Amino acid sequence: MNTAPSSPERQALLRFRRNRWAVAGLIFLLLATVLSVFVPWMLAIDPNQGSDSPFTAPDGRHWMGTDIHGRDLFSRVMIGTRISLMVGAVGAGVSLIIGVGWGLVAGWRGGRTDAWMMRSVDVLYALPTVVWVMLTLTLFETRCVGWLSERWPSSIPAFRLAAMMVSLGSVSWLTMARVVRAQVLSLRERPFILAAQSIGVPPVRLMLRHLLPNLVGVILVYLTLTVPAVVLYESFLSFLGLGIRPPQASLGSLIADGASQLNPVRVRWWLLVFPAGLMALLLAALNGVGEGLRSALEPREGDGD
Amino acid sequence: MKSWQARLALIPVLVWVVATLSFFLLRAVPGGPFDRERASASREVEAALKARYHWDEPLWRQYLRYLGNVIRGDLGPSLKYRNHSVNDLLGQTVPVSLTLGAMAFGVAMGLGLPLGTLAALRHGGWADHAASLLTLVGVCVPVFVLGPLLILILGLGLGWLPVALWGSWKTAILPTLTLGIYFAARVARWMREGMLEVLKSPHVQAARAKGLSETAVILRHVVPVALVPVISYTGPMLADLLSGSFVVENLFQIPGTGAFFINSFFSRDYTMMMGMVLFYSVLLQVLNWMSDLLLRWVDPRIRS
Repeated sequence: MNTAPSSPERQALLRFRRNRWAVAGLIFLLLATVLSVFVPWMLAIDPNQGSDSPFTAPDGRHWMGTDIHGRDLFSRVMIGTRISLMVGAVGAGVSLIIGVGWGLVAGWRGGRTDAWMMRSVDVLYALPTVVWVMLTLTLFETRCVGWLSERWPSSIPAFRLAAMMVSLGSVSWLTMARVVRAQVLSLRERPFILAAQSIGVPPVRLMLRHLLPNLVGVILVYLTLTVPAVVLYESFLSFLGLGIRPPQASLGSLIADGASQLNPVRVRWWLLVFPAGLMALLLAALNGVGEGLRSALEPREGDGD
Repeated sequence: MKSWQARLALIPVLVWVVATLSFFLLRAVPGGPFDRERASASREVEAALKARYHWDEPLWRQYLRYLGNVIRGDLGPSLKYRNHSVNDLLGQTVPVSLTLGAMAFGVAMGLGLPLGTLAALRHGGWADHAASLLTLVGVCVPVFVLGPLLILILGLGLGWLPVALWGSWKTAILPTLTLGIYFAARVARWMREGMLEVLKSPHVQAARAKGLSETAVILRHVVPVALVPVISYTGPMLADLLSGSFVVENLFQIPGTGAFFINSFFSRDYTMMMGMVLFYSVLLQVLNWMSDLLLRWVDPRIRS
């Protein structure tokens, strides 16, 4: 170590770059994003287009083989990855907005408002989240799908995806709200906030200009931990057949398809191994980036090794 | 931290919140579940059917009736399995699911605790490497990935184990492993971190200084303290164990509560869904409460 870097941001960046898992994860994520967006488009193979050669083993033409309807598994896996990443990003975004808003207001207002807001977080914590996602999805199916199919039937898959992203986001904001509130409670008593208050800065401006910049670190850390959780939930739901509906594909539903083709007579391993492997890599990368950010932004003793 | 009495008192409140939310979210859906099947034989039959399920009453009376029934422990009739009540179906499926869950929990603890302990004691040794490998599996191989892979390798590739249904002890091995390994990974990680933390603390040095054998130091002064974070993480873990059991029951075709819950989602069996939601919420609360009690017993600092 020759010259000590000056700003905390630079130090954090250095710590992050020294974490091999995190850097590899970040590269993988960028690659997966670019590939899953551009490859299906470049290949010009429709991932939902069937052919009369089902269950082809991987070869030069179909890199990951074909499925029961003769659809190219490679392009389906790419589409599935795209959906997983998109659900992760949007779901985490929804949880970010609700969680930060809730935590900011509760921590800032304090008193009875705070007590009620946090009590409701406690109650929501106690509910099994998966069950609640299923309930809200049922609600969407019964209330909105019928209405949509009368007016705009072609948009149903898109709305279904949106409903899933929103409902996943709306159950994953609880920890974010708690963390933000705790941080606001401690910031509120600091001299610079008192100073800003005493010169008459209006509350909204105070929150946005003085509180929020001091919260960016914790928010970022919990956000990166929320993304893999949401990705996992989506795949879990799609695996059970509750999320993405056929013919659309997500990594979870592809794994379920692969699992349903498992039988002792003919082992079609490619249908399972490719989507499952990609899911594992994706989760490893997301968690690696999250952990790397956490130890870069909240350094503790012993994290530096 | 709240007292255990306060947490126990929260459970009925929670039941009420869940019952209310699920009632109004599901039961208040326009049209009844009887509308969509086929045209009823006659107006009279339809009216009789509605009257039988009290569907002809105003919503608030239906709500109060449902609430009263729930308090008496009656979750109502299943709309799909017309001859069974929700209580009936829960009674048949819960023992299966609880057995599976308990065995998986046993694997998680039985594998995770010793491995985490060894990993911390032999820092950098083979147990430590095994623990980090297991942790990696736990992070990036969720239950719905691990299960099919285990079927592929152990069940079909090597042909060692049966891959479906629920009967003899042999059929239970793969589901239990699938559910257990994922959580063993987390337990091993928490245990290892807890142990490493405690091994550094002064009271361990004091115990060694007064001449206790290393075994006694570890068993009496390190392990109990290191268990505290593990126990406090058990509550959230149980929630995930629950959703994992949905996957495992679905994958191995085990007739448990999770499989029925998924089915009730597809068949829009509202009373069944509400019953299951209530059951899972209460189960989770009670288990959380129990892990809390255990924590108090292990860690005297919380009691004061």
